[in-house]
Amino acid sequence: MAPVLELKNITKQFPGVLANDNISLTLEEGEIHALLGENGAGKTTLMNILYGLYQPTRGEIFVRGKKVEIHSPSDAIAAGIGMVHQHFMLIPVFTVTENVMLGAEETRGGGILDRAAAAQKIREISEKYGLAVQPEAYVKNLPVGVQQRVEIIKLLYRQADILIFDEPTAVLTPQEADELVKIMRSLVQQGKSIIFITHKLREVLEVANRITVIRRGRVVGATTPAEADQKKLAEMMVGRQVDLLLEKKTPKVGDPVLKVKDLVVLDHRDHILVDGISFQVHAGEVLGIAGVQGNGQTELVEAITGLNHPVKGTITLLGHNITHATPRQITKLGVGHVPEDRQRDGLVLSFPIHDNIVLNTYFKPPYSKGVVMQAERILAEAEELVKAFDIRTPSAKNSAGSLSGGNQQKVIVAREFSRPTKLLVASQPTRGLDVGSIEYIHARILQKRDEGCAVLLVSPELDEILQLSDRIAVMYRGKIIAIVDAAKTTKEELGLLMAGIAPKTEGKEVSHG
Amino acid sequence: MATATANTITQTTYVSPTRQRVMGMVFLGFAVAIWVLFGRETEPGVITTFGMAVGAQAGSIEPLRLPSLATLNILALASAFVGAGQLARGFGRYTNWMLALVTGFFIFSFLTWAAADKSLNLVGLLNTSLSRAVPITLGAMSGILCERAGVVNIAIEGMMLFGAMSGTLVASVTDNLWLGVLAAVITGALLAVVHAVFSIKYMVDQIVSGTVINIFSVGMTSYISSKFLQHYQELNRPGTFRAFPIPVLADIPVVGPILFNNNMFVYAMFAFLILLHVALFYTRWGLRLRSVGEHPRAADTLGINVFRTRYMAVILGGMMAGFGGAFFSLGSVGRFDEVMTAGRGFIGLAAMIFGNWTPFGAFGAGLLFGFADSLQARLAILGIPIPSQFLLMVPYVATMIVLAGVVGRGEMPAADGQPYVKE
Amino acid sequence: MAESKQPDTQAPAEKEPKKEQGFMRVFLQELTSQSLLIPILAIFTGLVLGAIIIILTSEEVYAGFGKSFGAGLSASWNAVRTAYNALFTSAIGSPSRMIAALQGDDALEIRRTFNPILESLVASTPYIFAGLAVALGFRSGLFNIGVEGQLFIGAIFSAYVGYRFAGLPAFIHLPFALLAGMLGGALWGFIPGWLKAKTGGHEVINTIMMNYIAFRLSEWLLMGPMKRPDSFNPVSPTIADSAKLPSFFEPPIRFHAGFFLALFVAWLVYWFLFKTKWGFELRTVGANRHAARYAGMNITVVTVAAMSLSGALAGLAGANEVLGVNYNLALAFSAGYGFDAIALALLGKSHPLGVVLAALLFGTLRSGALGMQLTAGIPIDIISVLQAFILAFIAAPAIIRTIYRLRKPGTKEEDSLVLSGWGEG
Repeated sequence: MAPVLELKNITKQFPGVLANDNISLTLEEGEIHALLGENGAGKTTLMNILYGLYQPTRGEIFVRGKKVEIHSPSDAIAAGIGMVHQHFMLIPVFTVTENVMLGAEETRGGGILDRAAAAQKIREISEKYGLAVQPEAYVKNLPVGVQQRVEIIKLLYRQADILIFDEPTAVLTPQEADELVKIMRSLVQQGKSIIFITHKLREVLEVANRITVIRRGRVVGATTPAEADQKKLAEMMVGRQVDLLLEKKTPKVGDPVLKVKDLVVLDHRDHILVDGISFQVHAGEVLGIAGVQGNGQTELVEAITGLNHPVKGTITLLGHNITHATPRQITKLGVGHVPEDRQRDGLVLSFPIHDNIVLNTYFKPPYSKGVVMQAERILAEAEELVKAFDIRTPSAKNSAGSLSGGNQQKVIVAREFSRPTKLLVASQPTRGLDVGSIEYIHARILQKRDEGCAVLLVSPELDEILQLSDRIAVMYRGKIIAIVDAAKTTKEELGLLMAGIAPKTEGKEVSHG
Repeated sequence: MATATANTITQTTYVSPTRQRVMGMVFLGFAVAIWVLFGRETEPGVITTFGMAVGAQAGSIEPLRLPSLATLNILALASAFVGAGQLARGFGRYTNWMLALVTGFFIFSFLTWAAADKSLNLVGLLNTSLSRAVPITLGAMSGILCERAGVVNIAIEGMMLFGAMSGTLVASVTDNLWLGVLAAVITGALLAVVHAVFSIKYMVDQIVSGTVINIFSVGMTSYISSKFLQHYQELNRPGTFRAFPIPVLADIPVVGPILFNNNMFVYAMFAFLILLHVALFYTRWGLRLRSVGEHPRAADTLGINVFRTRYMAVILGGMMAGFGGAFFSLGSVGRFDEVMTAGRGFIGLAAMIFGNWTPFGAFGAGLLFGFADSLQARLAILGIPIPSQFLLMVPYVATMIVLAGVVGRGEMPAADGQPYVKE
Repeated sequence: MAESKQPDTQAPAEKEPKKEQGFMRVFLQELTSQSLLIPILAIFTGLVLGAIIIILTSEEVYAGFGKSFGAGLSASWNAVRTAYNALFTSAIGSPSRMIAALQGDDALEIRRTFNPILESLVASTPYIFAGLAVALGFRSGLFNIGVEGQLFIGAIFSAYVGYRFAGLPAFIHLPFALLAGMLGGALWGFIPGWLKAKTGGHEVINTIMMNYIAFRLSEWLLMGPMKRPDSFNPVSPTIADSAKLPSFFEPPIRFHAGFFLALFVAWLVYWFLFKTKWGFELRTVGANRHAARYAGMNITVVTVAAMSLSGALAGLAGANEVLGVNYNLALAFSAGYGFDAIALALLGKSHPLGVVLAALLFGTLRSGALGMQLTAGIPIDIISVLQAFILAFIAAPAIIRTIYRLRKPGTKEEDSLVLSGWGEG
């Protein structure tokens, strides 16, 4: 019997980038096929081709042995392919029913909507697969996990039997993720077939029947959970490159610089995202904050840098209470901040590099005298930093938007690292960068540490955390569930902690002084 | 699936307690205002007379005579009662209805006070209010059509103005009012095509595009007006749609003369109101249109053609505005004057916002604004020391208050004003 | 999505430095030439379309075509030539007459021949102020459609100071009246700015509403409290001589110091925007408010200040008309400067120098059109039509590129007027 879905030699060429290179893949009926790869490996591109959002440069798609042309999502839906997008495609002010039937409406004569009929169908689907969704609820009132189930119902409602899940657990709490795994199993039991895109090893091993690993747009291997373990998958995923070993001196740990005590931070919807956190960062050490994205790291950093204010707890920087300080005051006290989203927060892309270099110091001498900015002085300084930090650009007058991602990040690093700081907060400093830039930025971070600066490093990448940190705090659902010594811990232990499995021995916390 | 259900339950609908309190205070504020502004200014024993008939009915229906002070006190008490109820329990989803009710009390109090010891023809006033509400409501519906699909339309004014002119011109030349209306609708559609191409295809900022159309329309209509209409009077004599009393219904006391003795535009407005309301909220067409204005990418992934939907919505909106424009010339004065819309298109925009992007909400706002408009014309007659200009400001100030979220922010379409870029 | 876009932006830039510098220079030159070319072509195309409208609405043309095709063509040509000739001579004046007048000794004749060009400058002056107001808003990411209303309030304030405080010495009275105008405009800008910063109410809607409130308010004032006692028209009393902007020539030349004030203010705005740290903050908030927040700028303060400053500039436009041209406040004193200003701010790329040039163009057109109306019988409203065309082509350069088969420039930075939609707080 022909496989449910077969991709043959799919190639997708973007201007300047080969996103998918000759990828072939089969999906058998009733299986969960995991597509594993790092961010930027080309997984999402491949699935967008399958869903008709992109057109492949070359290659063919077969559904149940028949060749299909997919030019739009409608074609994909007609071929029985459905996709649960990473960012939900739901309309918050619509009800579940309206969201589900949109584009495939139940109508009575004259195009009048038959909401009751659709709701009945949804209820049936919901019961059949154990989804527990109320058709009349407004999507905006539903928690993320339920919203995702609405997305699934959208596919089932259209009788899709090939389901693509694009990084479905990225936005879920661990409980919700467990729930999702159950739902996926129930779906395949009822004859659906699933492609499961992820970069999380544990989930793959737990749920997949087969695993295909892609790297840099190419299939680099196929395996099954029985044959593979996390280590092997990780190697396939990142390639057989030897861990970038950095020359790391023993830390000269000084006095505490940053003290965080019982911190509670809410988001704009009043959900508790940081739940009573306490820790300290000392001069001359790197404290890594590990954890799956979305466990409160972003909000923690925002609170420390003054972008969001905690509702409880205190933050002390070198004896100053900065719990309710503004970003400006915090910068003045000597805090450098490499923000998580460099294009959104860290840079003004339409401004020249030199203006970005002084983005948060423009008001101080020597960049400003009185109210007048000193253009020459700023430009000279910027040209110097362009050289010193190896920013590849013809001139510091070029706009930041004209730079590559790596060079954009170097502009931020140049700005934040070149001035005297007591504390450096680096949030995912190497996200989406090439290896060369990663190495460079890592070296700079360690250099900062060795100069006696306290460094708070937030990253979901375990390798980065392990390589740079002296101590590692693991965040899980808004709490720090353990602080471990980086030299004595292992990836496995951290993996367990990140999954919320608390350490066996109590009092594992290590601290200096 | 126990945990899943639990998840759903923990997230119950969140009703802001502050809004409940704010609205309660607003209601009480109205009560106090009625008492202080009107009640204390009214002598005891004075009678307010409201005329309840116009035209042929005038002889047969008795005017309504109310003891002014007692009426005011009752209305103040009623408002206070509603306010107390709101503070104590809250009216939940009926809060907006209560707001309308209390606003109604306030307005009625104002009239009672204004006409104390005098006579005011209530039916006539309401009838004028209704006809002044027509262009505002039609303009607002034009805005609703566009913005529900995600395209901001501040060119309603320009489309109306151009429609008013081309309607006059064609009706004068062909001597057929209906052809004039058709011309106005087509003119609106053509301007809307320009707006649509600019904002959907070229992704020009939609406010700039709207401004282009407004400047163009004012310039072009004034140009044609001073070049031709003022020299050749026969080009500016289209005649008007006469009032058409609906048999039987028009004879109902009070309601009849207000609702059922009007010209075509009023009936058409009601028809469009119902049609648009049903179409937007009860049909496939409306669901898709709204989805495009809320989350175009989601609509796209479900196979809905975002661009086509937006083009259609904007062009329909333009037709609605053009039709509304014809009201100014063919439905009311029977000629075209330069800049005769006088900002009514923008009041339409305000009514759309005030009415929370819904047809009936916009109609309510249109009525309120139309009422303010028709009342200001009578202030002098009643000898009320409020400059008419201040009543004319009501729509604008009210819109700014709504926009500031003081009485609960409206829900504008989420993708309003954002061009859609297909990947 | 983001995943696949990332490399997209990375790749080309990496290669660029390796290429020769010569390539970069040529590339830049082309870019700048096109950024100048587009406005020029937009103006040109606008004039061509204006000519077409003149032809289509000219009775002589129809009469001509009724006789023969050739007669029709020549009538069309005549109509356009007469119209644009009248436009030019009444905007700039007749060069030959100027030379003759200069050679002669008749002072009145000299004044007469130079009056048109000076009159164009007079007409440009409010455009400069209003255009700067819109441009300053754009730079801070705000769409100030309320310039017209702010201009009215500014005019009210300065008119009031102008006639109410007669008797003050000129060196106090004039600055006082100007400042009052700025204050009035600033107040009218402050309100929507504050609402935007505090409640997220969109400034476009609020400024539209504020416009109409301003119109009604001035209507009431001019019919009531500020009405000239001896007049039946809604006109304010005449301002005192001490509050008038000095004019340099005898009548009929109305040219006054307001023009130089406008140039100075344009320079001041340039200096403020591009040389001071406040301007830097304002531009940063306009370009990327997230980054501005990250950088420790106070977005609330910047937003309110930007709207107030924009309003103050608009107020100056109103004050200029009252103190320099009309010497009183009448209801219809503004020819829609505030709305045209949107077009000219875009035409001038929101740069003070560009605004001044665009304002000179618009002022010249307007003052020429007045003459065109008198001599060629073309209603002055054709100017608004022209301005709408120009604005359309500036806003959608793709149309111009299609018409003239220009290549699309390589950068994304061009035509980057993307303002926030309604929804964004």
